[in-house]
Amino acid sequence: MQQRSSTVQEPLAETAHRPTPPPAWRPRTDPAPLLPDAEPLRVLGTDAVADADPALLRRLYAELVRGRRYNAQATALTKQGRLAVYPSTTGQEACEIGAALALEERDWLFPSYRDTLAAVARGLDPVQALTLLRGDWHTGYDPREHRVAPLCTPLATQLPHAVGLAHAARLKGDDVVALAMVGDGGTSEGDFHEALNFAAVWQAPVVFFVQNNGFAISVPLAKQTAAPSLAHKAVGYGMPGRLVDGNDAVAVHQVLTEAVTRARRGGGPTLVEAITYRIDAHTNADDATRYRADGEVEAWRAHDPVLLLERELTARGLLDDEGRRAAAEAAETMAAQLRERMNADPVLAPMDLFTHVYAEQTAQLREQAAQLRAELEAEGESR
Amino acid sequence: MTTATTGAAAAKAAGRAKPATMAQALQRAMRDAMAEDPTVHVMGEDVGTLGGVFRVTDGLAKEFGEDRCTDTPLAEAGILGTAVGMAMYGLRPVVEMQFDAFAYPAFEQLVSHVAKMRNRTRGAMPMPMVIRVPYGGGIGGVEHHSDSSEIYYMATPGLHVVTPATVEDAYGLLRAAIASDDPVVFLEPKRLYWSKSDWSPEAPARVEPIGKAVVRRPGTSATLITYGPSLPVCLEAAEAATAEGWDLEVVDLRSLVPFDDETVAASVRRTGRAVVVHESGGFAGPGAEIAARVTERCFHHLEAPVLRVAGFDIPYPPPMLERHHLPGVDRILDAVARLQWEAGN
Ligand SMILES: Cc1ncc(C[n+]2csc(CCOP(=O)(O)OP(=O)(O)O)c2C)c(N)n1
Ligand SMILES: [Mg+2]
Repeated sequence: MQQRSSTVQEPLAETAHRPTPPPAWRPRTDPAPLLPDAEPLRVLGTDAVADADPALLRRLYAELVRGRRYNAQATALTKQGRLAVYPSTTGQEACEIGAALALEERDWLFPSYRDTLAAVARGLDPVQALTLLRGDWHTGYDPREHRVAPLCTPLATQLPHAVGLAHAARLKGDDVVALAMVGDGGTSEGDFHEALNFAAVWQAPVVFFVQNNGFAISVPLAKQTAAPSLAHKAVGYGMPGRLVDGNDAVAVHQVLTEAVTRARRGGGPTLVEAITYRIDAHTNADDATRYRADGEVEAWRAHDPVLLLERELTARGLLDDEGRRAAAEAAETMAAQLRERMNADPVLAPMDLFTHVYAEQTAQLREQAAQLRAELEAEGESR
Repeated sequence: MTTATTGAAAAKAAGRAKPATMAQALQRAMRDAMAEDPTVHVMGEDVGTLGGVFRVTDGLAKEFGEDRCTDTPLAEAGILGTAVGMAMYGLRPVVEMQFDAFAYPAFEQLVSHVAKMRNRTRGAMPMPMVIRVPYGGGIGGVEHHSDSSEIYYMATPGLHVVTPATVEDAYGLLRAAIASDDPVVFLEPKRLYWSKSDWSPEAPARVEPIGKAVVRRPGTSATLITYGPSLPVCLEAAEAATAEGWDLEVVDLRSLVPFDDETVAASVRRTGRAVVVHESGGFAGPGAEIAARVTERCFHHLEAPVLRVAGFDIPYPPPMLERHHLPGVDRILDAVARLQWEAGN
């Protein structure tokens, strides 16, 4: 503020109203370093590929090919009545695989209903991962075994779980990171906001990974948000936002690995937005022709994650016909095994309905369980 | 889980009894649990420095540090949602919701995750946590501060729903709730926060098993079935009823889920008549379930239909009108009078 010359007589009232900052105000975080880049990060097709570890590139390729086949197989299983429903990640494999490979063994993955592929890439048995979608139980695996939280259907509700788990790990002194996956539509939910806010306030070691695949069922992003990008939302919480080409597996892996490393070192949470596209309909039960044009899909097919990586590796001499064949064969073996195992009728355990409601069954549930048991026995006799 | 002596008796015997409030007993329960078990974490709005708006968490942040008693951001879904993640990692969160009606934003987390996680994961991932909710009216609160929200929780499989009505139970039931491997919605009748008893925190205190009702006043004419904030009203009504020649038994449910059919039915079979009393609305309220259960079990012992004295089926009234809404002694006695006492009925 400019000081006036002391020779000038000032009326008291005027000095009393000299503007000063509000007493409680202090400058807080500088937003500039938190802002996402103007364009999504790409590695494929740039010189940066040369810095990538060829073993990682080959691994990504093999996983992407396997992931593509897994999506096709799971979709086929819906047609054969072996899965009740399947939300496909065809076209989003780079995101699914990139997320899984960015984590260490001890880390935790918090998938949404769409992310069975990420869970499988993390080591989960595909049949267990698909249990929810087959319908013989909800979560088909022990979450602690591979540190994969239950596939989460209520949108964005898994995000605060990831924050709480990461926070608890940090309190305990474990260097564990949680990576939570969510869709573009899910970012409109209140739990998205609350999770990011808690994470930033607590500086929890968590990475929020948004797959912006263009749609929430039929609703395009323009109807979800007026934000400059979803990554920009990070700034409001005081965490960095990163934008990445979600069909560039190397870029996705790089951005997520950086965010995970940052979280592990105590740097706090990051929001990553991957720009990708859902090639298939929302699920096998959806008709995408009602809300999008074929031309749009074709444009994205030209920017296919498997294709982009395959071209790059081939051009760099890291992949030949033999490598392609080996990847395809491995994927085919996986698909054949999955098909065979899913074609066996699951063993249903109706009495389990009562076993896991409480640690100890209540008297009321014991009565109801006895009723069902009697009904099952009667059914057995009548057969 | 149960020690031999009751807090009050032992304290008296030791000559150390001094009146304690329900709020103090609740605080003491959390304090003792935190001291015994490092995985117990208290979290909520204003629970740290301030000690909660009802002072129930007073001193916990100071004694155990802010990592164990945490002032969270102001977002109930976020509080409960992060508590789920903490429980997944092996902690035992004790969450405070500031008021009954302000727990509603957390409903999705409660219903879809807290209540179901054990079941969804076939027992692999239990959710040991307590959600403390100050509830009910009678404190002159303006709107959104006096709801009886118990029925929402009762209707959600996977939750235990517990509510103390005495200072002793406040301690004992909260200890049991924190020790439980299942999620417990712990409803604290806020108008009883300042109720006192000779219970002394210094004395060995009893941990109550969850799921057991208790006969607070033995009687022979009829049973008043109640819980939480309505217990003192029922006891008062039972005293007043003696002037009419009725000797009323009063059952304090203490646990709404699981429900103690045995204690309730045994009492009604003895007395042959029953009135359910609660602040919650009558239509599809807790009394509807209780009356049905009693009828199913005691039909041949009943001399009259099971009646309900409940709050009206209206949004909770403004403070100057709340006395018309809350079940009082007269309304209870009126119901008792309608229990078909005429000979030959
Ligand atoms: C709380 C909630 N509301 C609505 C739904 C129904 N629903 C399931 S998926 C979906 C669209 C989600 O879109 P997005 O977050 O972009 O994820 P995507 O399906 O594209 O992966 C909707 C509305 C739900 N699962 N949860
Ligand atoms: Mg989407």
